[in-house]
Amino acid sequence: TPGPKMASAVDHWFMALALGVSLLKCLFINAYRSTDFEVHRNWLAITHSLPVSRWYYENTSAWTLDYPPLFAWFELGLSHVGRHFDENMLRIQREAYHSEATVLFQRLSVIATDLMYILATRECCRSVSVQKASKDILNRPSFVLAVLLLFNFGLLIVDHIHFQYNGFLMGFLLLSVAKHLQSQHLQGALLFSVLLNLKHIYLYVAPAYGVYLLRSYCFTKDHPDGRLNWRSFSLLRFFALGSIVVSVTALSFGPFVAMGQLPQVLSRLFPFKRGLCHAYWAPNAWALYNAADKGLAVLGLRLGLVESGPQASMTGGLVQEFRHTVLPSVSPSVTLPSCLCAVCLFLFGWHVHEKAVLIAILPLSVLAVQSREDAGIFLILSTTGHYSLFPLIFTAAAAPEVSLMLLFTLFSFCALTKLHRCSLLGFLERLYLLGVAAVCAVCEIVLPLSPLGARLPFLPLLLTSVYCAAGVAYCFTRLYGSLLRTPGHSKAKTS
Amino acid sequence: MQTWSLVALCVLLGAVTRWGVSFNSYSGAAKPPMFGDYEAQRHWQEVTYNLPLQQWYFNTTDNDLNYWGLDYPPLTAYHSLLCAYVAKRINPEWVELHTSRGHESPAHKLFMRASVLVADLLIYLPAVVLYCLCLTDGSPRKKVSILLCTLLYPGLILIDYGHFQYNGVSLGLALWAMWALGLGWDALGSMAFCLALSYKQMELYHALPFFCYLLGKCFKQGILGFFLLVRIGVTVLLTLALCWLPFLSDPSQASQVLRRIFPVARGLFEDKVANAWCSLNILIKIRSILSSDSQFYLSLACTVLAVLPSSVRLLTKPTFWQFKLALVNSSLAFFLFSYQVHEKSILLASFMLPLLLKDGLLVPYAATSLAFLYFNFANILRKKQSYNLCFIRKKVYYAFAYALIIMTYVCLLQFYLSILAMAALSIASVAVSPPPHLPDLFPVLISTFAFVHFLGMFVYFNIVQFTEPPSKKSQKKIN
Repeated sequence: TPGPKMASAVDHWFMALALGVSLLKCLFINAYRSTDFEVHRNWLAITHSLPVSRWYYENTSAWTLDYPPLFAWFELGLSHVGRHFDENMLRIQREAYHSEATVLFQRLSVIATDLMYILATRECCRSVSVQKASKDILNRPSFVLAVLLLFNFGLLIVDHIHFQYNGFLMGFLLLSVAKHLQSQHLQGALLFSVLLNLKHIYLYVAPAYGVYLLRSYCFTKDHPDGRLNWRSFSLLRFFALGSIVVSVTALSFGPFVAMGQLPQVLSRLFPFKRGLCHAYWAPNAWALYNAADKGLAVLGLRLGLVESGPQASMTGGLVQEFRHTVLPSVSPSVTLPSCLCAVCLFLFGWHVHEKAVLIAILPLSVLAVQSREDAGIFLILSTTGHYSLFPLIFTAAAAPEVSLMLLFTLFSFCALTKLHRCSLLGFLERLYLLGVAAVCAVCEIVLPLSPLGARLPFLPLLLTSVYCAAGVAYCFTRLYGSLLRTPGHSKAKTS
Repeated sequence: MQTWSLVALCVLLGAVTRWGVSFNSYSGAAKPPMFGDYEAQRHWQEVTYNLPLQQWYFNTTDNDLNYWGLDYPPLTAYHSLLCAYVAKRINPEWVELHTSRGHESPAHKLFMRASVLVADLLIYLPAVVLYCLCLTDGSPRKKVSILLCTLLYPGLILIDYGHFQYNGVSLGLALWAMWALGLGWDALGSMAFCLALSYKQMELYHALPFFCYLLGKCFKQGILGFFLLVRIGVTVLLTLALCWLPFLSDPSQASQVLRRIFPVARGLFEDKVANAWCSLNILIKIRSILSSDSQFYLSLACTVLAVLPSSVRLLTKPTFWQFKLALVNSSLAFFLFSYQVHEKSILLASFMLPLLLKDGLLVPYAATSLAFLYFNFANILRKKQSYNLCFIRKKVYYAFAYALIIMTYVCLLQFYLSILAMAALSIASVAVSPPPHLPDLFPVLISTFAFVHFLGMFVYFNIVQFTEPPSKKSQKKIN
């Protein structure tokens, strides 16, 4: 059960933080934008100008609608506001369109919808508030959590520079987690179903979610010694949960099922043709697999065992299907066996985008302010995960991003260490994190200037990916271990 | 958290904010034929790199003074030369004589913005950090909050990283000088201030307090004071000589430089400035009544009169606290009554206000920053240029939010009233169109409103300077 809630007065410092971070986001309005900006503009145009029946068939532009229907309705709503900024942004066309008013509107929409995220952060902060809060505001768990969540580097970079709506979506996830911590399970389930219908990437956490809800909500009682009481299964609760999920999904997908477009929608949502790895490798296990394959291929070439072929295009920046050279190629069905948590799916999922590491980092922040071990894992995961996001920002001047990352990393280290009053990382872990700086130096400075860099242009990305993958895999193992090692702890949490 | 980590966090936040602002457009972007301050700085790099020193301030076939001729003292020119060397290494096209006029490209913008950041990192930021840690009152936590306030001061960031200038260098050097004086290193402080003066002549706004404080200190110390005076005098002369050396060989050089940096032919004021003359102009059209010469003498007389009380007070009571107050008073006096004042000059008064922070000074600090910004906003309206709306909104938003954040710690009714009035004015100026016979209504209203605030602050600070009670704290400060 969560600790007693603090008085519900909105703390001044929280308002100042929320205001401050929104200000910071405004400063990035004119920063580098990625193609995702045009993607969302195109979706505004599609949902505004076309009837519902054409939404998932429209493909004038390359950026077709590939999020679930609820997100499409969300874009429709936005388009009605955007109409007052610039009518022309709602025209469907193949070329990119980015007038100043369009940029302003879209950036402001991200900042405005982040309100969801701010509300969720406040709920999470309330859940971690302790009774005897220290006088020093900077040393309270709720303050540290607020900064870790609001100023999360990855979210700022991906949402406000690269351009996406992750803050809005993560707000749903965090709010639903907070509701579960407050034992309001039905609300939490509702929020999560809405989230799944907004962006299906959150299917990553669905298995864990499902198991948790089943265990904590549907089974109403435990045996005195803590073991599962199979007979306490409440059919009523199970049906309540099920009906919530089903009704939300029906609301979202219903029109398309009625029109017989379900296969088309599903093929848009789950494009397995896109290949095992995204254009830039997410630091997951397949990165390691690919690296091994490449290494073996080069070796094979040298030894005359393998014929050369079109393999260099793996990290060329384009999304396409490709074949592995030496190791057996991986097909979708192999990767589908269910896994237990977001990190696991991140590590082993199909066509993982590196932004998905955020889904792991943000909830981990909540754990980090409460437990020493989780804080240590958080430090490693956030540093490597955030560093792996850098290739997303292709500007020559990564100075603001570097400063922002330094800011966040410095704060998380200092604040968490002070909060838990001890050193959180072992010697090897520290060494690994220093290695991140070394990798950065090599990729940014050494390689571009050396002849090796000219011959192997994919090397910096590969290096970053593989090094971070090792870190993420390590964190996964530790998280798994801590989950298995403390059965009493987890059971206490579910009551 | 430990102080050093908090300080590092503040500095990083300051750096991120500065870079964030620099994403936006600079002065004169895509506006041929004259462009703006950005082009001026680039042109100075071109001139100083390609032409011999003797020609920098003169009107020659290669150097057209009408197109952004150099009008800052030599140190700015040397700085431009340094930047030009770097620019030449990266891309020679940027500083080619004549052909590089109006050159605009993303890479060049990156280079110019980076040059401002580098200058700030080397000069301004360390000065602020050192000053806040050594010379401000209060607990370490309070010092860090003062540091944060100063680093995030919107006026300086918007001018240096938005509009494009290098005020950080001259203000930073002045701050080094203040820091040195605060620790009792008078010669070092004088040297730093001479460097600041040789960078931008606007630092003359601060010159009188430095002079009076050091002179008063020398008088107070009797015989030892005489040696101090000699030491300071020699330092000042040497520093100035070193900076101006190339121009001192020929008297015509020196006089030409002076003529360029003090353009007395321009008139009492140009744009709408929130000072006395511009506001007086609403009632009496001064510029048409008086001749150019008499305007000059009038402003000289008024400035001297305004600055006299605080300078004399400082001369008789040379404590550090008096020194700081005199700095504010002197810069405000010059801003209000001087000749050819630019609205950016309010920076000289307000950037140091949080560093003087005692109870209640937070308010005028926030008020000046807001007044400055609103006034800038008014100027934009008046020029009727197609400034992208988001830039205006961003400035206003920044100012508002900045004030709100500060306001969470200050609860003064008159402050809220001021904010409310400013908000009402700015909303009205965007939403309501002025009556046809008064097209400049809103900019004038805003600038007059700001002027009233500045005048009020000037009076307030003079009163503070004269009514300082002899407390234990001020006794400690007499060095």
